[in-house]
Amino acid sequence: MTASITVEGLEVVFDRFRALKGVSLEVREGESYGLVGESGSGKSTLLRAITGLAPVSSGTITVNGKTLGKTRDKAFYREVQMVFQDPYGSLHPRQTVDRLLQEPLAIHGIADGEKRIERALDEVGLGKGFRFRYAHQLSGGQRQRVAIARALILEPSILLLDEPTSALDASVQAEVLNLLEEVRRRRKLTFLMVSHDLAIITHMCERLMVMQNGEAVETLTASQLIGHRVSEDYTRNLLRASEGFVRV
Amino acid sequence: MSDTLLEVDDLRVTFPTRTGLVQAVRGVSFSLGRERLGIVGESGSGKSQTGRAIMGLTPPQAEVSATKLAFDGMDLLSISPRERRALRGNRIAMILQDPKYSLDPVMTIGRQIVETLRTHEKVGKTEARERALAMLQAVQIRDPARVFDLYPHEVSGGMGQRAMIAMMLVTGPELMIADEPTSALDVTVQLDVLNILDKLVAERGMGLIFISHDLRLVSSFCDRVVVMYAGKVVEQIKASELRDAQHPYTRGLLNCMPRIGFERHPLPVLDRKPEWAA
Repeated sequence: MTASITVEGLEVVFDRFRALKGVSLEVREGESYGLVGESGSGKSTLLRAITGLAPVSSGTITVNGKTLGKTRDKAFYREVQMVFQDPYGSLHPRQTVDRLLQEPLAIHGIADGEKRIERALDEVGLGKGFRFRYAHQLSGGQRQRVAIARALILEPSILLLDEPTSALDASVQAEVLNLLEEVRRRRKLTFLMVSHDLAIITHMCERLMVMQNGEAVETLTASQLIGHRVSEDYTRNLLRASEGFVRV
Repeated sequence: MSDTLLEVDDLRVTFPTRTGLVQAVRGVSFSLGRERLGIVGESGSGKSQTGRAIMGLTPPQAEVSATKLAFDGMDLLSISPRERRALRGNRIAMILQDPKYSLDPVMTIGRQIVETLRTHEKVGKTEARERALAMLQAVQIRDPARVFDLYPHEVSGGMGQRAMIAMMLVTGPELMIADEPTSALDVTVQLDVLNILDKLVAERGMGLIFISHDLRLVSSFCDRVVVMYAGKVVEQIKASELRDAQHPYTRGLLNCMPRIGFERHPLPVLDRKPEWAA
Protein backbone atom coordinates (compact mmCIF):
# COMPACT_ATOMS: atom_id res chain seq x y z
CA MET A 1 0.00 0.00 0.00
CA THR A 2 1.30 3.42 -0.84
CA ALA A 3 1.14 6.42 1.42
CA SER A 4 -1.55 8.94 0.72
CA ILE A 5 -0.53 11.56 3.26
CA THR A 6 2.88 11.65 4.93
CA VAL A 7 3.61 14.25 7.57
CA GLU A 8 7.09 14.53 9.04
CA GLY A 9 8.24 16.65 11.96
CA LEU A 10 5.45 19.16 11.45
CA GLU A 11 5.67 22.34 13.52
CA VAL A 12 2.97 25.01 13.61
CA VAL A 13 3.64 28.16 15.58
CA PHE A 14 1.10 30.93 16.26
CA ASP A 15 3.06 33.94 17.49
CA ARG A 16 4.97 32.33 20.32
CA PHE A 17 2.62 29.40 20.89
CA ARG A 18 3.72 26.06 19.47
CA ALA A 19 0.48 24.39 18.46
CA LEU A 20 2.20 21.40 16.85
CA LYS A 21 5.54 20.20 18.13
CA GLY A 22 7.10 17.97 15.52
CA VAL A 23 4.25 15.62 14.64
CA SER A 24 4.72 12.78 12.14
CA LEU A 25 2.17 10.43 10.68
CA GLU A 26 1.49 8.35 7.62
CA VAL A 27 -1.94 7.68 6.16
CA ARG A 28 -2.04 4.87 3.60
CA GLU A 29 -4.08 5.02 0.46
CA GLY A 30 -7.69 4.05 1.02
CA GLU A 31 -7.26 4.04 4.77
CA SER A 32 -9.36 5.80 7.35
CA TYR A 33 -7.12 7.38 9.96
CA GLY A 34 -8.29 9.04 13.16
CA LEU A 35 -6.89 11.80 15.33
CA VAL A 36 -8.14 11.94 18.93
CA GLY A 37 -7.39 14.29 21.78
CA GLU A 38 -8.82 16.96 24.01
CA SER A 39 -9.31 20.56 22.90
CA GLY A 40 -5.99 22.27 22.34
CA SER A 41 -4.20 19.03 21.51
CA GLY A 42 -3.49 20.23 17.98
CA LYS A 43 -5.60 17.69 16.12
CA SER A 44 -7.55 20.26 14.12
CA THR A 45 -4.41 22.33 13.54
CA LEU A 46 -2.83 19.29 11.89
CA LEU A 47 -5.73 19.08 9.41
CA ARG A 48 -5.63 22.81 8.80
CA ALA A 49 -1.86 22.67 8.20
CA ILE A 50 -2.39 20.03 5.52
CA THR A 51 -4.98 22.16 3.68
CA GLY A 52 -2.83 25.25 4.02
CA LEU A 53 -4.94 27.01 6.63
CA ALA A 54 -2.30 27.05 9.38
CA PRO A 55 1.23 28.51 9.26
CA VAL A 56 3.74 25.66 8.94
CA SER A 57 7.11 26.70 10.35
CA SER A 58 8.99 23.47 9.71
CA GLY A 59 8.49 19.89 8.66
CA THR A 60 7.19 18.39 5.44
CA ILE A 61 3.79 17.31 4.20
CA THR A 62 3.57 14.93 1.26
CA VAL A 63 0.24 14.22 -0.40
CA ASN A 64 -0.04 11.51 -3.07
CA GLY A 65 3.73 11.59 -3.60
CA LYS A 66 3.97 15.36 -3.97
CA THR A 67 5.71 17.37 -1.28
CA LEU A 68 3.77 20.53 -0.54
CA GLY A 69 5.32 23.97 -0.44
CA LYS A 70 4.03 27.16 1.11
CA THR A 71 1.06 27.45 -1.19
CA ARG A 72 -1.40 24.89 -2.50
CA ASP A 73 -2.30 24.80 -6.17
CA LYS A 74 -5.68 24.00 -7.68
CA ALA A 75 -4.64 20.44 -8.42
CA PHE A 76 -4.14 19.91 -4.68
CA TYR A 77 -7.70 20.89 -3.88
CA ARG A 78 -9.03 18.48 -6.49
CA GLU A 79 -7.35 15.74 -4.51
CA VAL A 80 -7.96 16.97 -0.97
CA GLN A 81 -11.20 18.41 0.40
CA MET A 82 -12.24 19.23 3.93
CA VAL A 83 -15.50 19.03 5.88
CA PHE A 84 -15.65 21.35 8.85
CA GLN A 85 -17.16 20.92 12.28
CA ASP A 86 -19.89 23.48 12.31
CA PRO A 87 -22.35 23.19 9.44
CA TYR A 88 -23.90 26.47 10.57
CA GLY A 89 -20.64 28.33 10.01
CA SER A 90 -19.26 26.63 6.94
CA LEU A 91 -22.07 27.34 4.48
CA HIS A 92 -22.59 30.80 3.01
CA PRO A 93 -25.85 32.12 4.49
CA ARG A 94 -26.91 34.04 1.38
CA GLN A 95 -26.17 31.40 -1.24
CA THR A 96 -28.49 28.63 -2.28
CA VAL A 97 -27.29 25.06 -2.15
CA ASP A 98 -27.03 25.17 -5.94
CA ARG A 99 -24.78 28.24 -5.83
CA LEU A 100 -22.66 26.69 -3.04
CA LEU A 101 -22.07 23.59 -5.12
CA GLN A 102 -21.33 25.56 -8.27
CA GLU A 103 -18.51 27.50 -6.64
CA PRO A 104 -15.90 24.71 -6.63
CA LEU A 105 -16.93 23.73 -10.17
CA ALA A 106 -16.46 27.30 -11.40
CA ILE A 107 -13.08 27.59 -9.70
CA HIS A 108 -11.85 24.44 -11.35
CA GLY A 109 -13.48 25.11 -14.71
CA ILE A 110 -15.59 21.98 -14.73
CA ALA A 111 -18.23 21.98 -17.42
CA ASP A 112 -20.81 19.30 -16.62
CA GLY A 113 -22.00 21.19 -13.53
CA GLU A 114 -25.66 20.40 -13.93
CA LYS A 115 -25.11 16.66 -13.84
CA ARG A 116 -22.53 16.78 -11.08
CA ILE A 117 -24.71 18.82 -8.76
CA GLU A 118 -27.62 16.46 -9.22
CA ARG A 119 -25.41 13.48 -8.62
CA ALA A 120 -23.70 15.01 -5.58
CA LEU A 121 -27.03 15.85 -3.93
CA ASP A 122 -28.29 12.40 -4.75
CA GLU A 123 -25.22 10.80 -3.29
CA VAL A 124 -25.60 12.52 0.08
CA GLY A 125 -29.25 11.61 0.27
CA LEU A 126 -30.73 15.03 -0.45
CA GLY A 127 -33.18 15.11 -3.30
CA LYS A 128 -33.50 17.72 -6.03
CA GLY A 129 -35.90 19.61 -3.81
CA PHE A 130 -33.01 20.88 -1.72
CA ARG A 131 -31.14 22.39 -4.62
CA PHE A 132 -32.54 25.90 -4.43
CA ARG A 133 -32.82 26.23 -0.68
CA TYR A 134 -30.73 28.41 1.58
CA ALA A 135 -28.67 27.06 4.47
CA HIS A 136 -31.08 28.49 7.06
CA GLN A 137 -33.88 26.42 5.56
CA LEU A 138 -31.99 23.22 6.35
CA SER A 139 -31.47 21.29 9.57
CA GLY A 140 -27.99 20.70 10.98
CA GLY A 141 -27.78 17.22 9.50
CA GLN A 142 -28.95 18.42 6.09
CA ARG A 143 -26.38 21.21 6.16
CA GLN A 144 -23.61 18.77 6.93
CA ARG A 145 -24.80 16.68 3.99
CA VAL A 146 -24.49 19.76 1.77
CA ALA A 147 -20.97 20.34 3.10
CA ILE A 148 -20.10 16.74 2.28
CA ALA A 149 -21.62 17.11 -1.19
CA ARG A 150 -19.53 20.23 -1.74
CA ALA A 151 -16.40 18.33 -0.75
CA LEU A 152 -17.27 15.38 -3.00
CA ILE A 153 -18.25 17.33 -6.09
CA LEU A 154 -14.62 17.68 -7.21
CA GLU A 155 -14.14 13.93 -6.82
CA PRO A 156 -11.19 14.15 -4.44
CA SER A 157 -9.27 11.10 -3.26
CA ILE A 158 -8.75 12.39 0.28
CA LEU A 159 -11.30 13.82 2.69
CA LEU A 160 -10.20 15.69 5.79
CA LEU A 161 -12.97 15.57 8.39
CA ASP A 162 -12.80 17.94 11.33
CA GLU A 163 -15.33 16.73 13.94
CA PRO A 164 -17.97 16.33 11.23
CA THR A 165 -20.73 15.23 13.62
CA SER A 166 -20.02 16.93 16.93
CA ALA A 167 -22.57 19.67 16.27
CA LEU A 168 -25.29 17.14 15.48
CA ASP A 169 -27.79 15.14 17.52
CA ALA A 170 -26.90 11.52 18.23
CA SER A 171 -29.48 10.12 15.83
CA VAL A 172 -28.43 12.51 13.06
CA GLN A 173 -24.81 11.73 13.84
CA ALA A 174 -25.46 8.07 13.07
CA GLU A 175 -26.95 9.03 9.69
CA VAL A 176 -23.98 11.22 8.75
CA LEU A 177 -21.43 8.63 9.89
CA ASN A 178 -23.22 5.99 7.81
CA LEU A 179 -23.19 8.33 4.83
CA LEU A 180 -19.46 8.98 5.22
CA GLU A 181 -18.72 5.26 5.40
CA GLU A 182 -20.82 4.63 2.35
CA VAL A 183 -19.17 7.28 0.16
CA ARG A 184 -15.77 6.11 1.32
CA ARG A 185 -16.53 2.56 0.28
CA ARG A 186 -18.04 3.61 -3.03
CA ARG A 187 -15.31 6.06 -4.02
CA LYS A 188 -12.40 4.33 -2.29
CA LEU A 189 -11.56 7.53 -0.42
CA THR A 190 -8.85 8.11 2.12
CA PHE A 191 -10.12 9.68 5.35
CA LEU A 192 -8.22 11.68 7.92
CA MET A 193 -10.74 12.30 10.65
CA VAL A 194 -10.55 14.36 13.82
CA SER A 195 -12.78 13.70 16.81
CA HIS A 196 -12.68 14.00 20.58
CA ASP A 197 -14.89 10.92 20.80
CA LEU A 198 -13.01 7.62 20.93
CA ALA A 199 -16.14 5.64 20.11
CA ILE A 200 -16.61 7.52 16.82
CA ILE A 201 -12.96 7.09 15.87
CA THR A 202 -12.94 3.36 16.58
CA HIS A 203 -16.16 3.05 14.62
CA MET A 204 -14.86 4.92 11.59
CA CYS A 205 -11.11 4.35 11.47
CA GLU A 206 -8.65 1.50 11.18
CA ARG A 207 -5.76 3.32 12.79
CA LEU A 208 -5.56 6.35 15.01
CA MET A 209 -3.18 8.70 16.73
CA VAL A 210 -3.80 10.06 20.21
CA MET A 211 -2.63 13.63 20.63
CA GLN A 212 -2.01 15.90 23.58
CA ASN A 213 -0.46 19.38 23.81
CA GLY A 214 0.58 19.42 20.16
CA GLU A 215 2.37 16.09 20.34
CA ALA A 216 1.58 12.52 19.41
CA VAL A 217 0.96 10.41 22.52
CA GLU A 218 0.71 7.10 20.72
CA THR A 219 -0.39 5.44 17.51
CA LEU A 220 -2.81 2.53 17.72
CA THR A 221 -4.97 0.33 15.59
CA ALA A 222 -8.67 0.41 16.33
CA SER A 223 -8.57 -3.19 17.52
CA GLN A 224 -5.76 -2.41 19.97
CA LEU A 225 -7.91 0.36 21.40
CA ILE A 226 -10.99 -1.84 21.58
CA GLY A 227 -8.95 -4.51 23.38
CA HIS A 228 -7.58 -1.85 25.76
CA ARG A 229 -4.06 -2.72 24.62
CA VAL A 230 -2.70 0.78 25.10
CA SER A 231 0.60 1.78 26.61
CA GLU A 232 0.09 5.40 27.68
CA ASP A 233 -1.80 6.53 30.77
CA TYR A 234 -3.31 9.42 28.88
CA THR A 235 -5.00 7.06 26.42
CA ARG A 236 -6.20 4.90 29.29
CA ASN A 237 -7.79 7.98 30.87
CA LEU A 238 -9.52 8.84 27.62
CA LEU A 239 -10.81 5.30 27.35
CA ARG A 240 -12.17 5.38 30.88
CA ALA A 241 -13.79 8.75 30.29
CA SER A 242 -15.50 7.50 27.15
CA GLU A 243 -17.16 4.72 29.12
CA GLY A 244 -19.28 7.33 30.83
CA PHE A 245 -20.01 8.39 34.35
CA VAL A 246 -19.60 5.84 37.12
CA ARG A 247 -20.65 6.79 40.64
CA VAL A 248 -17.81 6.28 43.12
CA MET B 1 -39.13 10.07 47.68
CA SER B 2 -41.86 11.34 49.95
CA ASP B 3 -41.78 15.13 49.76
CA THR B 4 -42.49 16.59 46.37
CA LEU B 5 -40.32 19.55 45.53
CA LEU B 6 -41.62 20.39 42.12
CA GLU B 7 -44.85 19.54 40.39
CA VAL B 8 -45.31 20.11 36.69
CA ASP B 9 -48.63 19.33 35.10
CA ASP B 10 -49.50 19.98 31.47
CA LEU B 11 -46.80 22.59 30.93
CA ARG B 12 -46.99 24.39 27.61
CA VAL B 13 -44.66 27.01 26.15
CA THR B 14 -45.88 28.79 23.04
CA PHE B 15 -43.88 31.10 20.81
CA PRO B 16 -45.51 33.50 18.39
CA THR B 17 -43.86 33.38 14.97
CA ARG B 18 -44.62 34.92 11.61
CA THR B 19 -46.33 31.75 10.50
CA GLY B 20 -48.44 31.39 13.63
CA LEU B 21 -48.05 29.95 17.09
CA VAL B 22 -45.39 27.32 17.69
CA GLN B 23 -45.65 25.14 20.77
CA ALA B 24 -42.13 24.26 21.90
CA VAL B 25 -43.41 22.41 24.95
CA ARG B 26 -46.74 20.63 24.52
CA GLY B 27 -48.16 19.36 27.77
CA VAL B 28 -45.26 18.11 29.85
CA SER B 29 -46.02 16.61 33.25
CA PHE B 30 -43.72 15.20 35.89
CA SER B 31 -42.99 15.58 39.56
CA LEU B 32 -39.69 15.76 41.33
CA GLY B 33 -38.64 14.92 44.86
CA ARG B 34 -35.15 15.23 46.26
CA GLU B 35 -33.78 13.10 43.49
CA ARG B 36 -31.94 13.31 40.21
CA LEU B 37 -34.17 13.55 37.19
CA GLY B 38 -32.80 13.53 33.68
CA ILE B 39 -34.58 15.17 30.76
CA VAL B 40 -33.33 13.82 27.45
CA GLY B 41 -34.16 14.69 23.89
CA GLU B 42 -32.76 15.99 20.65
CA SER B 43 -32.42 19.64 19.72
CA GLY B 44 -35.86 21.14 19.39
CA SER B 45 -37.51 18.58 21.65
CA GLY B 46 -38.36 21.28 24.19
CA LYS B 47 -36.12 20.02 26.99
CA SER B 48 -34.34 23.33 27.53
CA GLN B 49 -37.57 25.33 27.30
CA THR B 50 -39.03 23.08 30.00
CA GLY B 51 -36.09 23.90 32.26
CA ARG B 52 -36.32 27.58 31.46
CA ALA B 53 -40.03 27.72 32.13
CA ILE B 54 -39.47 26.25 35.61
CA MET B 55 -36.71 28.77 36.21
CA GLY B 56 -38.85 31.61 34.84
CA LEU B 57 -36.45 32.44 32.05
CA THR B 58 -38.82 32.03 29.13
CA PRO B 59 -38.45 34.93 26.64
CA PRO B 60 -41.12 37.60 27.24
CA GLN B 61 -42.85 37.11 23.88
CA ALA B 62 -43.54 33.46 24.63
CA GLU B 63 -46.44 32.28 26.71
CA VAL B 64 -46.19 29.72 29.49
CA SER B 65 -49.27 27.89 30.68
CA ALA B 66 -49.79 24.91 32.91
CA THR B 67 -52.50 23.26 34.95
CA LYS B 68 -49.95 23.20 37.71
CA LEU B 69 -46.41 24.48 38.06
CA ALA B 70 -45.63 24.41 41.73
CA PHE B 71 -42.37 24.59 43.62
CA ASP B 72 -42.63 23.57 47.27
CA GLY B 73 -46.36 24.22 47.17
CA MET B 74 -45.94 27.68 45.63
CA ASP B 75 -47.69 28.33 42.33
CA LEU B 76 -44.88 29.66 40.14
CA LEU B 77 -47.22 31.08 37.51
CA SER B 78 -49.25 33.26 39.85
CA ILE B 79 -46.57 34.71 42.15
CA SER B 80 -45.26 38.21 41.47
CA PRO B 81 -42.09 38.80 39.46
CA ARG B 82 -40.53 40.01 42.69
CA GLU B 83 -41.22 36.74 44.49
CA ARG B 84 -40.00 34.86 41.47
CA ARG B 85 -36.75 36.79 41.52
CA ALA B 86 -36.28 35.96 45.17
CA LEU B 87 -36.54 32.28 44.31
CA ARG B 88 -34.28 32.38 41.30
CA GLY B 89 -30.66 31.88 42.21
CA ASN B 90 -31.65 31.33 45.81
CA ARG B 91 -33.89 28.30 46.15
CA ILE B 92 -33.84 27.35 42.46
CA ALA B 93 -30.54 27.59 40.63
CA MET B 94 -29.50 26.85 37.08
CA ILE B 95 -26.22 25.80 35.49
CA LEU B 96 -25.91 26.62 31.82
CA GLN B 97 -24.00 24.88 29.10
CA ASP B 98 -20.99 27.01 28.35
CA PRO B 99 -19.12 28.95 31.06
CA LYS B 100 -17.64 31.11 28.31
CA TYR B 101 -21.04 32.71 27.77
CA SER B 102 -22.75 32.30 31.11
CA LEU B 103 -20.15 34.01 33.29
CA ASP B 104 -19.80 37.80 33.23
CA PRO B 105 -16.60 38.46 31.27
CA VAL B 106 -15.78 41.76 32.99
CA MET B 107 -16.20 40.62 36.59
CA THR B 108 -13.82 38.42 38.52
CA ILE B 109 -15.08 34.96 39.44
CA GLY B 110 -14.97 35.79 43.14
CA ARG B 111 -17.03 38.94 42.76
CA GLN B 112 -19.67 37.06 40.79
CA ILE B 113 -20.03 34.47 43.53
CA VAL B 114 -20.15 37.14 46.23
CA GLU B 115 -22.74 39.08 44.23
CA THR B 116 -25.02 36.03 44.03
CA LEU B 117 -24.68 35.43 47.73
CA ARG B 118 -25.27 39.04 48.81
CA THR B 119 -28.27 39.42 46.53
CA HIS B 120 -30.07 36.74 48.47
CA GLU B 121 -28.64 36.88 51.97
CA LYS B 122 -27.67 39.62 54.36
CA VAL B 123 -24.00 38.87 54.84
CA GLY B 124 -20.97 41.10 55.40
CA LYS B 125 -18.18 41.44 52.87
CA THR B 126 -15.69 39.36 54.79
CA GLU B 127 -18.12 36.56 55.48
CA ALA B 128 -19.27 36.55 51.85
CA ARG B 129 -15.70 36.26 50.68
CA GLU B 130 -15.03 33.43 53.07
CA ARG B 131 -18.12 31.55 51.97
CA ALA B 132 -17.20 32.06 48.31
CA LEU B 133 -13.72 30.71 48.95
CA ALA B 134 -15.12 27.71 50.82
CA MET B 135 -17.47 27.07 47.92
CA LEU B 136 -14.60 27.22 45.40
CA GLN B 137 -12.81 24.72 47.60
CA ALA B 138 -15.88 22.50 47.59
CA VAL B 139 -15.84 22.31 43.79
CA GLN B 140 -12.24 21.12 44.06
CA ILE B 141 -10.46 24.20 42.84
CA ARG B 142 -7.00 23.75 44.23
CA ASP B 143 -6.05 27.36 44.85
CA PRO B 144 -9.33 29.16 45.62
CA ALA B 145 -7.71 32.45 46.65
CA ARG B 146 -6.01 32.75 43.26
CA VAL B 147 -9.05 31.73 41.23
CA PHE B 148 -11.22 34.17 43.24
CA ASP B 149 -9.39 37.09 41.60
CA LEU B 150 -9.30 35.69 38.07
CA TYR B 151 -11.54 36.76 35.20
CA PRO B 152 -13.52 34.06 33.35
CA HIS B 153 -11.27 34.27 30.27
CA GLU B 154 -8.26 33.39 32.42
CA VAL B 155 -9.55 29.96 33.38
CA SER B 156 -10.16 26.78 31.39
CA GLY B 157 -13.62 25.51 30.48
CA GLY B 158 -13.60 22.90 33.24
CA MET B 159 -12.52 25.45 35.82
CA GLY B 160 -15.13 27.93 34.58
CA GLN B 161 -17.87 25.34 34.89
CA ARG B 162 -16.74 24.54 38.44
CA ALA B 163 -16.89 28.24 39.25
CA MET B 164 -20.40 28.28 37.78
CA ILE B 165 -21.41 25.36 40.00
CA ALA B 166 -19.87 27.12 43.01
CA MET B 167 -21.85 30.26 42.21
CA MET B 168 -25.09 28.33 41.92
CA LEU B 169 -24.58 26.32 45.09
CA VAL B 170 -23.41 29.12 47.36
CA THR B 171 -26.96 30.08 48.30
CA GLY B 172 -27.80 26.49 49.12
CA PRO B 173 -30.62 25.95 46.59
CA GLU B 174 -33.14 23.15 46.97
CA LEU B 175 -33.62 22.63 43.27
CA MET B 176 -30.87 22.73 40.70
CA ILE B 177 -31.50 22.76 36.97
CA ALA B 178 -28.42 21.81 34.96
CA ASP B 179 -28.86 22.44 31.24
CA GLU B 180 -26.19 20.46 29.38
CA PRO B 181 -23.64 21.27 32.11
CA THR B 182 -20.81 19.31 30.53
CA SER B 183 -21.47 19.37 26.80
CA ALA B 184 -18.92 22.13 26.17
CA LEU B 185 -16.19 20.31 28.09
CA ASP B 186 -13.60 17.72 27.12
CA VAL B 187 -14.50 14.11 27.93
CA THR B 188 -11.90 13.80 30.67
CA VAL B 189 -12.94 17.07 32.32
CA GLN B 190 -16.61 16.09 31.97
CA LEU B 191 -16.20 13.28 34.45
CA ASP B 192 -14.50 15.50 37.03
CA VAL B 193 -17.28 18.06 36.81
CA LEU B 194 -19.98 15.37 37.00
CA ASN B 195 -18.32 13.82 40.04
CA ILE B 196 -18.29 17.16 41.81
CA LEU B 197 -21.90 17.84 40.91
CA ASP B 198 -22.90 14.35 41.98
CA LYS B 199 -21.20 14.64 45.35
CA LEU B 200 -22.60 18.08 46.15
CA VAL B 201 -26.13 17.18 45.11
CA ALA B 202 -26.02 14.06 47.28
CA GLU B 203 -24.49 15.85 50.29
CA ARG B 204 -26.98 18.68 50.23
CA GLY B 205 -30.02 16.62 49.39
CA MET B 206 -31.03 18.79 46.48
CA GLY B 207 -33.41 17.97 43.70
CA LEU B 208 -31.65 17.99 40.36
CA ILE B 209 -33.00 18.29 36.85
CA PHE B 210 -30.28 17.28 34.45
CA ILE B 211 -31.04 18.29 30.87
CA SER B 212 -28.96 16.63 28.18
CA HIS B 213 -29.04 15.17 24.71
CA ASP B 214 -26.83 12.29 25.85
CA LEU B 215 -29.12 9.49 26.98
CA ARG B 216 -26.33 7.24 28.14
CA LEU B 217 -24.69 9.92 30.25
CA VAL B 218 -28.01 10.86 31.82
CA SER B 219 -28.89 7.28 32.61
CA SER B 220 -25.58 6.77 34.40
CA PHE B 221 -26.05 9.96 36.40
CA CYS B 222 -29.75 10.20 37.22
CA ASP B 223 -32.31 8.13 39.13
CA ARG B 224 -35.09 8.69 36.65
CA VAL B 225 -35.22 9.77 33.02
CA VAL B 226 -37.88 11.70 31.13
CA VAL B 227 -37.51 11.29 27.37
CA MET B 228 -38.90 14.14 25.27
CA TYR B 229 -39.75 14.23 21.60
CA ALA B 230 -41.29 17.16 19.73
CA GLY B 231 -42.29 18.97 22.93
CA LYS B 232 -43.87 15.95 24.59
CA VAL B 233 -42.82 13.35 27.09
CA VAL B 234 -42.74 10.04 25.24
CA GLU B 235 -41.47 7.95 28.13
CA GLN B 236 -40.63 8.19 31.83
CA ILE B 237 -38.44 5.44 33.10
CA LYS B 238 -36.12 4.55 35.95
CA ALA B 239 -32.51 4.92 34.82
CA SER B 240 -31.74 1.39 35.95
CA GLU B 241 -34.52 0.03 33.75
CA LEU B 242 -33.55 1.94 30.66
CA ARG B 243 -32.54 -1.27 28.98
CA ASP B 244 -36.20 -2.31 29.00
CA ALA B 245 -37.39 0.98 27.50
CA GLN B 246 -40.59 0.51 25.56
CA HIS B 247 -40.77 3.49 23.28
CA PRO B 248 -39.01 3.02 19.91
CA TYR B 249 -37.61 6.56 20.16
CA THR B 250 -35.88 5.84 23.48
CA ARG B 251 -34.53 2.59 22.12
CA GLY B 252 -33.40 4.29 18.94
CA LEU B 253 -31.55 6.96 20.90
CA LEU B 254 -29.80 4.34 22.99
CA ASN B 255 -28.88 2.33 19.95
CA CYS B 256 -27.65 4.86 17.47
CA MET B 257 -24.41 5.86 19.14
CA PRO B 258 -21.18 4.11 18.21
CA ARG B 259 -19.72 2.19 21.14
CA ILE B 260 -16.23 0.95 21.68
CA GLY B 261 -16.11 -2.79 21.17
CA PHE B 262 -19.47 -3.07 19.40
CA GLU B 263 -18.93 -3.22 15.66
CA ARG B 264 -22.07 -2.22 13.82
CA HIS B 265 -21.85 -1.07 10.21
CA PRO B 266 -23.93 0.79 9.32
CA LEU B 267 -25.17 2.23 12.60
CA PRO B 268 -28.87 1.80 13.27
CA VAL B 269 -30.72 5.03 12.58
CA LEU B 270 -33.98 6.35 13.92
CA ASP B 271 -36.99 5.73 11.79
CA ARG B 272 -39.10 8.65 12.93
CA LYS B 273 -42.81 7.95 13.03
CA PRO B 274 -45.27 10.81 12.78
CA GLU B 275 -47.37 9.28 15.56
CA TRP B 276 -44.54 9.88 18.08
CA ALA B 277 -45.23 13.59 17.84
CA ALA B 278 -49.01 13.20 17.92
